[in-house]
Amino acid sequence: MALTDDEIQQLESRAEAIRETIIGMLVNAGSGHTAGPLGMADIFTAFYFHILNHRPREPDWEERDRLILSNGHICPVRYAAMAHAGYFPVEECLTLRKFGSRLQGHPERLRLPGLETTSGPLGSGLSQAAGIAYAFRMDEKMSDLRGPTSDVGPRRSYMGEKRRVYCLMSDGEQQEGNTWEAALFAGKHKLSNLTAVIDRNNIQIDGMTEDVMPLEPLADKYRAFNWHVLEVNGNDISAFIAAVEEAKVVYEAARPTLIIAHTIPGKGVPEIEFDYHWHGKPPSAEEGKRFLKEIRSMGGKVQHEYA
Amino acid sequence: MLNSGAHLSAKIFADDIEQKPTRDGFGTGSVEAGKVDSRVVVLCADLKESTRAEWFEKEFPERCIELGVAEQNMATVAAGLALAGKIPFIASYAVFSPGRNYEQIRTTIALNNVPVKLCGMHAGVSVGPDGATHQMLEDIGMMRMLPNMTVLAPGDAEEARKAVVAAAKTDGPVYLRFGRAPTPVFTTPETPFSIGKALTLWSSENPKVAILSTGSLSYAALVAARSLAASGIGSLVLHVPTIKPLDEETVLGAAKQTGRVITIEEHQAAGGLGSTIAEFLSEHHPVPLRRLGVQDMFGQSGTPLELLAHYGLDAPHLEAAVRAFIS
Repeated sequence: MALTDDEIQQLESRAEAIRETIIGMLVNAGSGHTAGPLGMADIFTAFYFHILNHRPREPDWEERDRLILSNGHICPVRYAAMAHAGYFPVEECLTLRKFGSRLQGHPERLRLPGLETTSGPLGSGLSQAAGIAYAFRMDEKMSDLRGPTSDVGPRRSYMGEKRRVYCLMSDGEQQEGNTWEAALFAGKHKLSNLTAVIDRNNIQIDGMTEDVMPLEPLADKYRAFNWHVLEVNGNDISAFIAAVEEAKVVYEAARPTLIIAHTIPGKGVPEIEFDYHWHGKPPSAEEGKRFLKEIRSMGGKVQHEYA
Repeated sequence: MLNSGAHLSAKIFADDIEQKPTRDGFGTGSVEAGKVDSRVVVLCADLKESTRAEWFEKEFPERCIELGVAEQNMATVAAGLALAGKIPFIASYAVFSPGRNYEQIRTTIALNNVPVKLCGMHAGVSVGPDGATHQMLEDIGMMRMLPNMTVLAPGDAEEARKAVVAAAKTDGPVYLRFGRAPTPVFTTPETPFSIGKALTLWSSENPKVAILSTGSLSYAALVAARSLAASGIGSLVLHVPTIKPLDEETVLGAAKQTGRVITIEEHQAAGGLGSTIAEFLSEHHPVPLRRLGVQDMFGQSGTPLELLAHYGLDAPHLEAAVRAFIS
């Protein structure tokens, strides 16, 4: 179902608000990652405000979709999106990385409801997402065997079919062996209830991915592992949502789907876009003020383009 | 004399005492746990036969998951299965799991506090001819340092079965250690087992030393205790299948009663049971203490008995160590 212009505009202003929150969080924390969270703000907006079947006030709701964040270091964008979606007060975002905060420097499942897992060390998310997808399929089969109205089975008749699992990864962590072990596993088991997304922003701590350790041809690699692969502009919310919808249809092709989302690191703040130096550092207070202005003027431009 | 409350094998000191590898207890225990709880699943990494995962697979083919040679993926897929409500047991050789996938275990299982049960097979030098690369001697240390982790080293195949069943019922992650070589089955179905409890196997009237052992070497401790008793040296043998959480009360009692403690395990002397006991007693009731284990070395090829003797981990060496200790 295509989004209306109004809906798209609403999502874009959400993304802008989330970017503003991220800048405030990072300035206040005095440490953390800037480029990735800004680059992924559109995708997180798409997930929390359109794609996910979830209940922010009931984060453990059993029938929810699962969103696994493998590259835990971009958690400021997840925290900001969750807060804006109603999981917790937006003001709490300013506790990021502070002593006693539920918003740890890298996400911890047991500290903040709704995080789904604990992550930070790279390369482990896709396996966990595949494990969840595999478990959902087992449950689906069990309820098939027992029939949807059986009273002995768990209360999840055909639920496995409905619950989808999403995994967000960085491009840098495609250099981790564990990622490819997971890709083999998901391909073997044709986990069509699993959609993975790679934030293809081409930067990592030591430089450009293609200089540090080349990943291309990335799409072909996943295709060779029996995945359905789509490539989109990850800063185009409606294009990203369309790709996620296509992945659901691929259910019939019985394959997991990978969406390679080309994003601009630091998106929304032109002076830091594409600059890998901003991978792992926060803006100073002064830079933060300037970045907020840039985000707001960018927002104006985006709205103008769509008007 | 033998502790009658332990209900040990009627053939305890007979030459034809039943011999089975503790890994068999993983096979039988996982099937038993799987029958009780449909959430139990078993994951293996191309070692179905030798880990005994195939025993579970025969009963529950749809709940046995083959990962191929990929232990990091096995740990993390298991974490995902656990997040989705399953109780996964992951089985491989201990050198690979938890050897290779330690960080995945640390982050996605221990810190995440999910009920994945890590089954490390072929632990210790008694792996035999495969040599040092396949003889895991550091796993107890690696696992007991992780918060949330329970660490078990069952003494024989029967106790291993009970440990697997108990692990399935425990919230949170558990590490279980198993051996490859057949060893005496000295316990019986009536022998008490619960996680966190040590078991007195032997206790003389005036024990001069407490022998604390874990894994299958507890049988060697029994044999040594009987031989020492025959020459008038009383001892107490405490089998410690749960290294974490330690049964502090019983360990403290043994130290107080004897005033001397010697530990024996098929592990580096550093980091394992001996370290655990030394750390605890030095703070609560310091007594003279000796730790028998592999002394900061790697293993090598040989038969299990040759290797245990070479590293001083059999009954005669333990007996000699006790004699030297008390004189």
